Amino acid sequence: MILTQNIFEYWTQNTEGWLYVLVLALIAALYLTFFAVAGLLLVLMERRVAGFFQLRLGPNRVGPGGSLQTIADALKLVSKEIFMPKFADKLLYKAGYYFVIIASLLGLSVIPFSAHFQAFDINVGIFFITAVSSVGVLGILIGAWGSRNKYSLIGAMRSGLQMISYELSAGFAVITIVLLAGTLQMSEIVEAQRDTWFIIKGHIPALIAFMIFMISGTAESNRVPFDLVEAEAELGAGFHTEYSGMGFAYFFLAEFENMFIIAALAVTLFFGGWLAPFGITDALPGQVFWGLFWFFLKVLIVIFVFMWFRWTFPRLRIDQLLVLEWKYLLPIGLVNIVLAALIVWQGWLFEPLKWLGL
Amino acid sequence: MSYFKKIFKAIHTLFQGMSVTGNYFFPNALTRKHVITCQYPEEPPVIFERFKGEVVMWHNENNEHRCTGCQACEIACPNGSIEIIWKWEINPETGRKKKAIDQHIYHLSMCTMCSLCIQACPTNAIMWSTNFHHATYDRGLLTKVLNKPGSKLMEGVEE
Repeated sequence: MILTQNIFEYWTQNTEGWLYVLVLALIAALYLTFFAVAGLLLVLMERRVAGFFQLRLGPNRVGPGGSLQTIADALKLVSKEIFMPKFADKLLYKAGYYFVIIASLLGLSVIPFSAHFQAFDINVGIFFITAVSSVGVLGILIGAWGSRNKYSLIGAMRSGLQMISYELSAGFAVITIVLLAGTLQMSEIVEAQRDTWFIIKGHIPALIAFMIFMISGTAESNRVPFDLVEAEAELGAGFHTEYSGMGFAYFFLAEFENMFIIAALAVTLFFGGWLAPFGITDALPGQVFWGLFWFFLKVLIVIFVFMWFRWTFPRLRIDQLLVLEWKYLLPIGLVNIVLAALIVWQGWLFEPLKWLGL
Repeated sequence: MSYFKKIFKAIHTLFQGMSVTGNYFFPNALTRKHVITCQYPEEPPVIFERFKGEVVMWHNENNEHRCTGCQACEIACPNGSIEIIWKWEINPETGRKKKAIDQHIYHLSMCTMCSLCIQACPTNAIMWSTNFHHATYDRGLLTKVLNKPGSKLMEGVEE
């Protein structure tokens, strides 16, 4: 297993002592900035897309085409009073959003944005993401427990239930791709798709795995139609009822960041990550830029599909949620793994470019 | 067998729903012609004739109104939004005193647009206007005098 050269190694190869710490802090600051900027942009995109779905225009007043709307919103949230319930558990109440943010940042750190553009390229990358993305629900749980509000607690318990259920089928969908790739390292999963993307190469099992992954990914990022955690009509705002100002904003940003991570994971696993389709930009200079371009283009398309889900499907009831997972997605996922293993074992891969001799 | 039937039906209906909303999204996002909301400052808003914006007093071109100062509207108003300050007007020919309005004061900030004053008015002096630009920086501007300065009663209203 060869570790590819990534940001972390590039910047720390000739540094030591306090300079080493400084470089680590710089990388962390870069990722935090990305976290904030991507969150703001995604909120803007969500609102514009929602507007178009509802035959409106969406925010279009602040800045050209409404592009500064979320910055204005963020300034408003910063200037708001931070209010804490009188009987709240102060430590847990304040720790809640840090857990959520740290979980999403950890998930972000192993995603390959482009060739060599990755904070950590550990050899169990995909496993690492699956593990740390479950930490986020802990933040939701302790934040809701700390705010001592029955609606928050109901929402958080639903979130925990949902995460435990859907993490399973998301994991099985990931394992299907790991079978095809033969590795857990994110950069190698991308590299294995250089000739054909896994959604094409793995034909039937990859398609089934992709559908399961999209459904359980929507559930994991607590988005409509699986937003029982927030369920405005039933629970006020669910786990963040008692949060105001930036506390609320952190939860909100982390939610969008989780959606970004799920979309980035879907792109990396099924659609070739930062690789250009058919390698059309491979001969051009500026490979890192083109990698970023294709990666973000694909991620935005997948995020748009998530938004499409949001403005199409009605919210599930809690029993329907569990029936969908335990009676449908989980058995299908298990059968799908066997199918994928059979296909990999027999070499029945769908590689039209290789058959044509390209 | 119904298990698999359910799965295929579910997938089919998912795509069906997405095609419905997609038919809203894509034409709207590409051409912006299907927007059904009114883009207010750029586009004039659609206002119906019976829209209740504020109470106004009708004046003709000679600066004459139809208000006799009977105070029926002031009595009809449930929350005291209308105050009428009246005066004695002396007829120079006969020397008889007659009641007339000095100021018809209307507190727009208190008005609930219930329309009772307009129904109560025996001479149809006051009516609804469709103006809705009421926002001001000073609350005092919302207290309006409905009769124009120097206006007088139109002839023939009292007969």
